[in-house]
Amino acid sequence: MTKKTYINGVGCISTQKTFDTVFLEEAVVNTTETVLSIVSPVYKDYISPAAARRMAKGVKNGIVASALAMKDANVENVDAIITGTGLGCIEDSEKFLKNILDNNEEFLTPTSFIQSTHNTVGAQIALSLQCKGYNFTYVNGAVSFESALLDAKMQIEENEANSILVGGVDENGEYTLSLFKLAGRIKKENDLPSNILNTTSTGVVYGEGASFFVLENERKDSTYAEILDVEIRNTLEENEIESELITFLKVNNLEISDVDAVVLGFGGNIESDVYYKNLAENAFAKTPQLYYKHLSGEYDTASAFALWMASKIIKTQDIPEIVKVNSVTKPVYNIILLYNQVNGKNHSFTLLSK
Amino acid sequence: MKGVAITGMGIISSIGNSVEENYISLIENKIGISKIQNIPTVHADVIKVGEIKKTNEELVSELQLSENNNFSRTAMIGTLAAKQAVENAGITLINEFRTGLISATSVGGMDMTEKHYYDYFENPDLVKYISCHDGGDVAEKIASELGLKGMVTTISTACSSAANSIMLGARLIKTGKLDRVIVGGTDALAKFTINGFKTLMILSDDYNKPFDNTRKGLNLGEAAAFLVLESDEMVEKYNKKVLARVSGYGNANDAFHQTASSENGDGAYLAMKKAFEVSGLQPSEIDYINVHGTATPNNDLSEGRALLRIYEDGKVPDFSSTKPFTGHTLAAAAAIEAVYSVLAIQNSVVYPNLNFEIPMEEFELQPQTSLKMKNIEHVLSNSFGFGGNCSTLIFSKS
Amino acid sequence: MEALKEELKNKIITTLNLEDIAIEDIADNDPLFGDGLGLDSIDALELIVILDKDYGIKLVDPKEGKSIFQSIETMAAYISANRTK
Repeated sequence: MTKKTYINGVGCISTQKTFDTVFLEEAVVNTTETVLSIVSPVYKDYISPAAARRMAKGVKNGIVASALAMKDANVENVDAIITGTGLGCIEDSEKFLKNILDNNEEFLTPTSFIQSTHNTVGAQIALSLQCKGYNFTYVNGAVSFESALLDAKMQIEENEANSILVGGVDENGEYTLSLFKLAGRIKKENDLPSNILNTTSTGVVYGEGASFFVLENERKDSTYAEILDVEIRNTLEENEIESELITFLKVNNLEISDVDAVVLGFGGNIESDVYYKNLAENAFAKTPQLYYKHLSGEYDTASAFALWMASKIIKTQDIPEIVKVNSVTKPVYNIILLYNQVNGKNHSFTLLSK
Repeated sequence: MKGVAITGMGIISSIGNSVEENYISLIENKIGISKIQNIPTVHADVIKVGEIKKTNEELVSELQLSENNNFSRTAMIGTLAAKQAVENAGITLINEFRTGLISATSVGGMDMTEKHYYDYFENPDLVKYISCHDGGDVAEKIASELGLKGMVTTISTACSSAANSIMLGARLIKTGKLDRVIVGGTDALAKFTINGFKTLMILSDDYNKPFDNTRKGLNLGEAAAFLVLESDEMVEKYNKKVLARVSGYGNANDAFHQTASSENGDGAYLAMKKAFEVSGLQPSEIDYINVHGTATPNNDLSEGRALLRIYEDGKVPDFSSTKPFTGHTLAAAAAIEAVYSVLAIQNSVVYPNLNFEIPMEEFELQPQTSLKMKNIEHVLSNSFGFGGNCSTLIFSKS
Repeated sequence: MEALKEELKNKIITTLNLEDIAIEDIADNDPLFGDGLGLDSIDALELIVILDKDYGIKLVDPKEGKSIFQSIETMAAYISANRTK
């Protein structure tokens, strides 16, 4: 029999205070900035200064988030580490590239080059845990994290690993942000204050973060939820989403009415959000709908923040007001569906149950 | 354990623009290492590279891309190789079955980013290239050129990336999640990587000499290769020709150092051990090992020691590194070497490890230095990357 | 020579991000690698760039660094003997 996959520990560093808190009781919606920065933990509590001296921000956040998740799951080791990241440690990539260009390829040092390798976060977590197991890093825009999640689920199902650390991590880099602004990916100052649900403009409010999870093949006291299924689709037309989601639920012997809450990736870009709006107004009109990017900001692995949120909801059976799209409620929140995409590409469906 | 069927291959590298051209170069000792032409760099006189001697303009016209395209070089060579693979597998309707694409890259569209970095703000025509920086954009472009709508993702674990995309593809087929999957990797040369490897002082100013006692480091290269993997149901139903099979795979982490390999090759040893477990094969059943063999002092020593841990009796099968032909093509390396492994099985041939003269002082290992014809049932291929990422694939005759 | 040693200590602390270390903490004969200051092979590459950039000394083989970077003392001696700027 194939093994089931349980989320047994979570750790989240985000643009909200999501560590040292119960849930989102201290969350604040910032509508006046186009870029949000993380609320930093005290890194010294987790990483020695000697070890931290060369670490990029993303590496540090990944290490802290994974340490939190492992503590939460009460495990000291894992069999595998699987990471998703859109751009990796982009600050160091910028630094190295800038040095190449500014110094005409002379007097360059290796540290920022090493940190710019996409798998540096997963590798340094492995190094700090001395974990010699399977170690993959996925870099595919909005499905970077879901690719990691799908891989982890397959590992557990196929008995290749009993416990896996899986996470999504991205960091803001100043120059890259300025390029994103130039390219219109980030909202214009003129379009502030941002209002994700009733947006009239393109572009998004950008964020960063690191969310890690311990997945195991057994239910424990610390269990948040079971991951029933993860699916990734590169391209779907607007009119295909609903039927694809229904098929996805059907494969898992569920119907739309069985879904206790749906987490939608509304990002505040009017062109991209059409995909969610259709679902919200039609197929899921009678389902409690939740959103999160007004808290986390949009970034390639923001959907890992959504998984953190959904896990917490199933465990606490409480939905904070701040994440509700509509006023529909359910007596219990046992089945949660997450749907994310960006500009009609990189769609992911993730299904959780109690 | 039969392994997952390979039904198509495509490749472009410094030794050829097709599977056939690559094979001819390998058996006729035609190397692709030369002076760099396409990238202006101050290191041009002190490095040698395995460069694809086509300009971006030539690639654009070969792919018949529109004038306002925003393809990075990595995406262009990747698309060329993926298209060949799909055609070779005889696939006409790409979305007819559950079909995925697993790509691999380390630099992504860095070639465009580094070229235009400061000009984006001056020249509005360049802004289109901003989005091609990230690794996922490469797979995105390939998928859209193939018209593929299903599962698409990208793996980036430095120099083992493509081995891991082949591994994931094989697992997606084995678990029944997909019917067929296009797997591989692509990396174009970039100033970024040239200078990065330069700071690590592991670039050779000469032709790379894997497993030689006087080896000085690696030559970087650029390449792309993709393979089509299909389920047995697909193979039977459509009577597909199977080129070879992916019969074993393993990934492990050295957990030793951010860039260097451990002295005893722990990660490499564990990756090979896992691959043998998955395949059910004994090490003695391997007929040819395509080693990672980058020709850095550190890699070859560590890999050699790991091989001697697997082959405790010292009877290591014929082995060679093909990097003297192609250079180290980073995230594409394992994909091009997968193609070479399949060709070795199909043509009963062990490729020579060029430039080898003096055995290393640490052990007795000597690579195969001339072309050798013999029946090959199983090939083991190693690929190791920064961050201690170690991967092994085993290919078997169908 | 003393000034050069002081200069090197400063450079090492800033370049290698040794936040918790002060100049006084590094004795001239303390080993820089291993048990002493605890530097590693990546730091060695950083030190090679310092030699090149600030003192005009180019090392081709990273192994050469081994004897030069034993301590502040050895490093200062090598630089004084070989510097071109």
